[in-house]
Amino acid sequence: MDTSILAATVGNMVTLNYGLAAIGSGAGIGVVVGKTIESIARQPEMAGRLQGLMWIGIAFCEQFALIGIAIPFIFPAS
Amino acid sequence: MFGAQAVAHTATFVPPTIDEFYPADILFAGTPFALNRILLIRVISIALLLLLVWLGVRRMRVVPTRWQGVVEFSYDFVRKNVVDQPLGERQGRRFAPLLMAMFFSIIIMNLTEVVPPFLMPSTSLIGVPLVLGIISWATFIYVGIKDDGGWRFFVHELFPKGVPWPLYILIAPVELISTFVFRPLTLALRLTMNMFVGHLLLALCFGATSFFLFEMPMLWKSLGVGMLAFGLIFTLFELLEIVLQAYIFTLLTANYIAMSLGDAN
Repeated sequence: MDTSILAATVGNMVTLNYGLAAIGSGAGIGVVVGKTIESIARQPEMAGRLQGLMWIGIAFCEQFALIGIAIPFIFPAS
Repeated sequence: MFGAQAVAHTATFVPPTIDEFYPADILFAGTPFALNRILLIRVISIALLLLLVWLGVRRMRVVPTRWQGVVEFSYDFVRKNVVDQPLGERQGRRFAPLLMAMFFSIIIMNLTEVVPPFLMPSTSLIGVPLVLGIISWATFIYVGIKDDGGWRFFVHELFPKGVPWPLYILIAPVELISTFVFRPLTLALRLTMNMFVGHLLLALCFGATSFFLFEMPMLWKSLGVGMLAFGLIFTLFELLEIVLQAYIFTLLTANYIAMSLGDAN
């Protein structure tokens, strides 16, 4: 037995990707929505326009989480 | 998966794979015009779009009929929010044909993701998004060269004003790559990836529903109901995503064109 290896993990690293990608997207969407709420609280008459901008911001952030979901399908565990 | 081996029943769950997006050819197999299911859906959806618009504008009336009203309303809404807002009225009229065609073809090709006989977004293959991205890329470069003068356009893009000159050594290459390489690529990849993942998520949810309901013993069936609810919620989410992606693609293209126009308008 080879005693030089104390611990080993077996598996596919890409399964971690969703978790890592979700951190960024979660933080990004949180900032976008939080700031929008703040702005609407300051200037309620701008709510319509701000919501439109908010959706664009959310779409920019969430794509990374979505790509994170796609990676294990594109590079499956062999 | 899902601890299926914990019970005596030996059914295994087969998750959807990437092969989902490469089905066998149906029509004209073996020729360069071979059509598989997804490409066929693409052709059908574009034909459907042409039919829907044609039905709306066939006999134009001052007091619109119901379908003409729908077409006019959606055209007006998109025109106002996506084209005229970044470009302004005058330039908006110039680029409206391109941008409106872009928006409506993307949205109809995305919509086949949740419409029952198709259930597959044909924008989930890179082909159409890449072509649209290249069209957008060619348009903003053409507009920049035409309206700003060839050399001045590249100077404006690569050397933004108000930066101390030693920084240009850093900024110019970054601007070069981000403007002329990454813009069309990110446009295409964003649309493709969103639709790709949307389809996989729905396939996972409904695949798990059928697995739990029909292949697993009693108590697991309740999980199937849960998965069905998840699937329906995700369908609504995907509807939002479908509209949002078409909106963003067109809005970004309009914004890139507006940036190329610079202070000309």
